[in-house]
Amino acid sequence: MSAFVAIVRRDLTLALRRKNEVITSVFFFVVVAALFPLGIGPEMNTLRLVAPGILWIGALLASMLSLGRMFAADFADGTLEQMALSPNSLTMLVAAKILAHWLLSGLPLVLLAPVLGLQFDLSANALWILTLSLLLGTPILSLIGAIGAALTLGVRGGDVLLSLLVLPLYVPALVFGAGAVQAELSGLGASAHLSILAAMALVAAVFSPWASAAALRIALES
Amino acid sequence: MFSVSNLSCSRGGKRLFSGVSFTLQPGQWLHLEGDNGVGKTSLLRLACGLSALEEGEMMWNHQPVVQNSEAFRANLAYLGHQLALKEDLTPLENLRADAAVAGRHLTTEEALQALAQLGLRGREHLPVKVLSQGQKRRTALARLLVRAAKLWILDEPFVALDNAAQNALTQIINGHLANQGMVLLTSHQAVSLSGMGFSYRLAA
Repeated sequence: MSAFVAIVRRDLTLALRRKNEVITSVFFFVVVAALFPLGIGPEMNTLRLVAPGILWIGALLASMLSLGRMFAADFADGTLEQMALSPNSLTMLVAAKILAHWLLSGLPLVLLAPVLGLQFDLSANALWILTLSLLLGTPILSLIGAIGAALTLGVRGGDVLLSLLVLPLYVPALVFGAGAVQAELSGLGASAHLSILAAMALVAAVFSPWASAAALRIALES
Repeated sequence: MFSVSNLSCSRGGKRLFSGVSFTLQPGQWLHLEGDNGVGKTSLLRLACGLSALEEGEMMWNHQPVVQNSEAFRANLAYLGHQLALKEDLTPLENLRADAAVAGRHLTTEEALQALAQLGLRGREHLPVKVLSQGQKRRTALARLLVRAAKLWILDEPFVALDNAAQNALTQIINGHLANQGMVLLTSHQAVSLSGMGFSYRLAA
């Protein structure tokens, strides 16, 4: 367990000393979400209609930006080798990496979403559901993304391949995440969508560290 | 006791080596020699379990490594070509994070002592990126002192070290051997280690 904490702490410390990497993806999210109302125009009904989808796609792309870096630095400097040789299971250590990635690239989006949602004239309830759906959904993005990042590690042009590999797998999270806000807006209630989102997050939390660790071992063999 | 028998390795369809067998008893060292590209690093990566075994067997304390990999890894310290140092962290932070990943709790005093032993006193709180190549390698070597591992697998540990550091490392390895440790290393330089040891020449 102390190894888990140590890895999370190390990744957070590294991010604090190299802030631009975290800020880039957060800033990207803010800019994308801010550009849409400007492009679409001040049509409140239209904005409310497209808001959940735009904010969710923004979050999706923003978290994609930092995925390539999840294991790349550790792979390049040999830290990953040492992790694979640790008596602790690599699965647990990878879970720590994924948690650190979510804290750095997912959580800021969750916290920013209600502020950005205001530009789309979302009601207080809808903002609350949007935040909740991102809170349940962004971990899915980090978890599924970790498998893709591990599989494309060391591959030339891996970043493009990573997007092709991972974006289709994000579809369920996008459908139910944006769907939750739409359901709330249309008065149906979002609980069903949120439950499915939570279930997906749990399944991903169980399988992703294990699958990522297996993919990382393959990457290390070469 | 660490023994391997009948190891082989192929790279890109080409057979690098086959039928490699040796046994390391506590207190013994093995110096792996061979020309560039003969497969020394591949053999070391195979021995520490980073590459999958194609054929052959590895035993740790009479148990197959494959089935007891956790017990084996708890006793293993590997230093490869990549130093596994984070440039933005200080040597002290690197050492402590590394020990935690290896499942060891390390006090600040222990870490400082290990760094001092490798002549890094006064550099403990500088980011690794401002250190010289040799100082980086010393930081990575300090890891050996804090791991409490029985088996050290070292890939070219003497590279980029000045004379003082080479002597310090030789002393550290000798101390480890005197402590019933085992060392498997490659080096293009002649090594003068104490205790029982032998050279193994890897040839294509």
